[in-house]
Amino acid sequence: MCISTIKNHLSRLTKLGLVATIFASPMSGAADKLVIESWRNDDAKIWNDVIIPAFNKQHPDINVVFSPTPPADYNSALQAKLQAGTAGDLITCRPFDTSLALYKKGNLEKLNELEGMNNFPAVAKTAWSTDEGDDVFCLPMASVIHGFIYNKEIFKDLGLSVPKTETEFFKVLENIKENSRYVPLVMGTADQWEAATMGFQNVGPNYWKGEDGRAALISGDAKLTDPEYVQVWEHMAKWGPFMGRGYQAQKYADSQNLFTLGRGAIYPAGSWDITTFNDQAEFEFGAFPPPTPDGQKTCYISDHTDIGIGLNAASSQKESARTFLNWMAGPEFAELYANSLPGFFPLANHKVSIKDPVAKEFLSWRNQCEQTIRNSYQILSRGTPNMENQLWNVSVQVLNGTMDPADAGKEVESGLKAWYPPHQ
Amino acid sequence: MKPTASDTMSQIQPQADNGPLTKVSKPFPWHIVFFLGPALLIYVAISVYPLLDTLRLGLFSEDETGAKFFVGLQNYSNLLLNEFWSEPFWNALKNNLIFFAIHMALQNPIGLLLAMLLSSPKLRLSGTYRTLIFMPTMLSVVIIGFVWQLLLSPLWGISEDFMYNIGLGNYFDAWLGKESTALITLSLISVWQFVGIPMMLIYAALLNIPEDLTDAAVVDGAKSRHVFWHIKLPLLLPTISMVSILTFVANFNAFELIYAVKGALAGPNFSTDIMGTLFYRTFFGFQLQQGSPTMGAAVATLMFLIILIGVMVYLFFVQRRIQRFQL
Repeated sequence: MCISTIKNHLSRLTKLGLVATIFASPMSGAADKLVIESWRNDDAKIWNDVIIPAFNKQHPDINVVFSPTPPADYNSALQAKLQAGTAGDLITCRPFDTSLALYKKGNLEKLNELEGMNNFPAVAKTAWSTDEGDDVFCLPMASVIHGFIYNKEIFKDLGLSVPKTETEFFKVLENIKENSRYVPLVMGTADQWEAATMGFQNVGPNYWKGEDGRAALISGDAKLTDPEYVQVWEHMAKWGPFMGRGYQAQKYADSQNLFTLGRGAIYPAGSWDITTFNDQAEFEFGAFPPPTPDGQKTCYISDHTDIGIGLNAASSQKESARTFLNWMAGPEFAELYANSLPGFFPLANHKVSIKDPVAKEFLSWRNQCEQTIRNSYQILSRGTPNMENQLWNVSVQVLNGTMDPADAGKEVESGLKAWYPPHQ
Repeated sequence: MKPTASDTMSQIQPQADNGPLTKVSKPFPWHIVFFLGPALLIYVAISVYPLLDTLRLGLFSEDETGAKFFVGLQNYSNLLLNEFWSEPFWNALKNNLIFFAIHMALQNPIGLLLAMLLSSPKLRLSGTYRTLIFMPTMLSVVIIGFVWQLLLSPLWGISEDFMYNIGLGNYFDAWLGKESTALITLSLISVWQFVGIPMMLIYAALLNIPEDLTDAAVVDGAKSRHVFWHIKLPLLLPTISMVSILTFVANFNAFELIYAVKGALAGPNFSTDIMGTLFYRTFFGFQLQQGSPTMGAAVATLMFLIILIGVMVYLFFVQRRIQRFQL
């Protein structure tokens, strides 16, 4: 790096022969290099080849470097870098408390005054606002939607149609199990997070009625032992027999492979899976929203604000960083991002045309269903025991058949009761 | 030990008495500082200081702005008395003891057996076996974890077919995924990986036993089992006890294999959670759980104390009773 910048400077000097460059180039070079911290190492290519070049067309003087860390290490690595003062200028924000903690420690700049912030609806900003909603500290980037992805060829072969209600859903699963050797429901419990994220948070909003239920849980009006939560686990308890042999030791990557190899029919998904499946699956696949309980008219989906971007309070190039953030709030970025990474849906108010058919399908549910975010993310995972960890744990046990749905509710509720006053 | 100790004593004694009288003082022993200094400095800087600082940090707590304040033993009382901390703690300790027990019951006896076999003069290609058995020890734990997950995978693994071929197909299960078997399976993988270390240490000790001893015993009519139980094993005991204490320390510091295979949440239902993974979750945080350096330091301190107690028990009750023989 050092050598190449020196070389750059030398070549500029010789080419232009201008004394001015001696003064200008080191200064502008130092002032205009923005480093982005991120956990999306899968997206490095798209940032380097598509997004940053597009930005540089308008702002050639700002050099942007995308510098990702593996997802599992991101939070701790970022923490260490911020403490040591070596973190990048722009910081990709996890939703809610992880970023809120950084803001409270003074690591993230307040972005209330950022012009581009006006392009986002209030809902999109909640994930990166203080509890009272006074301050915003990250620019919303994208959300992910949960649902089920299915293998269209298998559905055609077996003459199945997309299930709308819970009864239909289990009928389809039964049918696949009886009439073929495909794995009906492709999911494992070894990595644990899928059980909570693709299971509980995917089918759950239909039972607890989306945002209403989420707000009731935060205010303490609803408890996890209430029927609308126990029913979610009861629903999931019925998944076990359809999940394929040895699913207890099946990891996330195993599930992805199993589905893309055409050995499984239905995959409880997050919309981010679309990119992987586009690369790997050789068959046509589609998507359907989580089935509603019988007789329920309104459907609810998890449209989770998952990724934002903030400004390091210790950055020495805040002006350039703000320029970049404002550009990210604009229509060009939304269009580029949504189409380069189908499955990550932009949160800004711009009209974006998405080309990927499956991503389009996911996005279309926003018009049909009520949206909510994962109920454990705001406020409720602040204490000990950690509610998100508990949800992973009990959801896995329910799927493995080692825990009763009612006990799952009791365990998480007793954890919440231990530290959260509205539930005491 | 003894002669050197008394030597220094006799040197110091007269010096201390005669010093003020004769007024001939030796120059300050700069060479000691010179030779010990660098190593001591490095040891203090990267081992002693962090350890002491961890002990100190465990007495603090942190508020949301990152400011630290002194809370005395509150972290420890939390960890041991608050059910949401103590339950994971005791669970991790119990799992760690099981992990250690399996290593003691299998890794070290198998290491001894392999070392005996390798040292047998009749064995051909012993160098090859030695290398092959030691090989997994040198591989990265991440690779070991990955390979064994593939081998045992109910989807792509070969274990199921293998077990069918030897008629045990019905006993195959998703061992790594079940609460009842995951910890045992992981312990066995770890035993498989590290069996090379006791084997090598015991093998080296075996080579040190003079053949005159065994030859003499054979001439006196001893069978090979007598030679093993009455000559070789007593001579190996110091090595075996050292291997045991190394196993103890390594097991209570273990982390990587569990993290690589089961992740930091050490599922299912924390059945594979050991002290190392508990520490990791507490210190660095996990998913939505915020890391707490101060609480993490308290967990680390307890780990240190557990290991310290274990090593002291060993030093005072085992090490002293072991007879050493001059060969």
